[in-house]
Amino acid sequence: MKAYFSLFRIRMIQGLQYRAVALGSVFTRFCWGFMEILAFSAIHQSGGGFSMTFSQTAAYIWMQQAFIHLYNVIDGDQEIEASVNNGSIAYELARPMDLYGNWMAQCLANRLSPTLLNCLPVLAIALLTPVPYRLSFPGVRATGLFLVSTMLALGVAGAIATLMHITMFYTTSQRGVKIIGRAVMGFFGGGLIPLPYFPEAFQKAVGLLPFASTQSTPLLIYSGSLTGRDVAFAMGLQVFWLAVLTMFGHCAMGRTLKRVVVQGG
Amino acid sequence: MIEFQNICKTYRVAKRQAGFGNAVKSLFSREYETVRALDDVNFYIADGDIIGYIGPNGAGKSTTVKVMCGILTPDSGTCLVNGKIPWKERASHVKDIGVVFGQRSQLWWDVPVIDSFELLRDMYKIEEKAYRRNLEELTRLLELTELLKTPARNLSLGQRMRCEIAAPLLHDPKVLFLDEPTIGLDAVSKIAVRKFIRKINEEKGTTVVLTTHDMMDIEALTERILLIGHGRILLDGNLEELKQHVSREKKITVKYTGAAPALSAGMKLRESKENQLTVSLDPRVLPVSAAIAAFAAQTELLDVSVTDISAEEVVAALYKEYRI
Repeated sequence: MKAYFSLFRIRMIQGLQYRAVALGSVFTRFCWGFMEILAFSAIHQSGGGFSMTFSQTAAYIWMQQAFIHLYNVIDGDQEIEASVNNGSIAYELARPMDLYGNWMAQCLANRLSPTLLNCLPVLAIALLTPVPYRLSFPGVRATGLFLVSTMLALGVAGAIATLMHITMFYTTSQRGVKIIGRAVMGFFGGGLIPLPYFPEAFQKAVGLLPFASTQSTPLLIYSGSLTGRDVAFAMGLQVFWLAVLTMFGHCAMGRTLKRVVVQGG
Repeated sequence: MIEFQNICKTYRVAKRQAGFGNAVKSLFSREYETVRALDDVNFYIADGDIIGYIGPNGAGKSTTVKVMCGILTPDSGTCLVNGKIPWKERASHVKDIGVVFGQRSQLWWDVPVIDSFELLRDMYKIEEKAYRRNLEELTRLLELTELLKTPARNLSLGQRMRCEIAAPLLHDPKVLFLDEPTIGLDAVSKIAVRKFIRKINEEKGTTVVLTTHDMMDIEALTERILLIGHGRILLDGNLEELKQHVSREKKITVKYTGAAPALSAGMKLRESKENQLTVSLDPRVLPVSAAIAAFAAQTELLDVSVTDISAEEVVAALYKEYRI
């Protein structure tokens, strides 16, 4: 266990190394968030009857921008990809450590370290913007649930990412998988448009998929779109998917490693 | 102890002709070629040996090392390293071995080297006391003091390689696999690395399997050589025997003043410069001492050197002989 923590630690250190990246990221998140909020404001002005209010949507988007690196399935794992591509994975395989846990620890750190740099400045900006666009505070209970759900979302995102990395042993290039992954996550995970904006039947079905267990669930809890028993159900689903995906990933890794060929000198 | 019995491994490699048309075609149907990387390989290495594992590029050296490290599963055959089957008991097996792949890096690129070392300490569950002791010793032998605080990205190749070689020795492995550890190093670094490997082998009794293209490495470090070509072990013997096998000739270079000496029976002229003469000598026809005496009788000798055929020449001759 200590080894996984050390791996996590060294990844965190490495992630905190570059200030310019952090600064650029904060700026991008702010611009992107503001642009999205303006777009939704236009939608809300043109008609009503949405199942999410405008201020809920604004809260959803600001929190999404603040924690985006944490929820992202495709984010910051370039070194894992490179290690499969250029064969330095040979070293990882020669360590007395389970590669699935190794990658998972790195995936979690790769998401957590940019979030630490990113989230506070973005939240500060979000709290300072003028009123209709400002980030609202839903209360201590909802915020607490949001944080727990966010940690589960991080686990699910890491597990999906690790599964995608395992496919690299078959495809070598991660490009195709990434393109598909990005589209699926953006659409079914509530990355592009919050799920409540979709027709209800679609929303219900998509809500059961593992993709919704990444960012959609915590963000809907924070914005107040999920309440009462729905919260319990959605978080239960997160735990379920986290367990299923890690178990599946573990087995997939075991099967794959039996057939791995590291080429070249 | 390392034992290889009838190990075979084949790869399937996708092939296509050059050009855009063929690239498009290969999207629909691909042609594969089977490459026999290892073809019935057998050998035995005792504890504490240093083995030079040589062969041309693509002969199967790295494949063999990967099988011994448990990274590759062979198609057939059995292999035991320290009494364990590497690919079956990977986790417990790799604790007893150390690896350096000269062409890859195991250090974390952006953080100081010491951070990478501490990660290894936790990965191998090295006790703090043993870790401190090994780190101190390695720091002294490889002069790492300053390097440890530097991020790997800022090290020169020679400095980085010293750290790369220290890394697998932190956990006191019984067997050390070195895959081209001196590649790209300058003369001083090469000598330092060789000296260090020797020392580790002598002091700790670590078994060393060294693959290299640099015959100076071999000459400096190993007595026993395994030659592999086309996936087969072609020769297994010590360097002296191989030299004898290839050629018994001695090379004699003399510098002299005065008249050029004449050649005796058993000598062949290799090179003749002003006041310098190089001949090859068959010692069965004329002993070396007699040859030198013959020269001395004819002219005033300033300098004499007698050398065997070099390891480089031995290997070139062997590659030619086995057509690899």
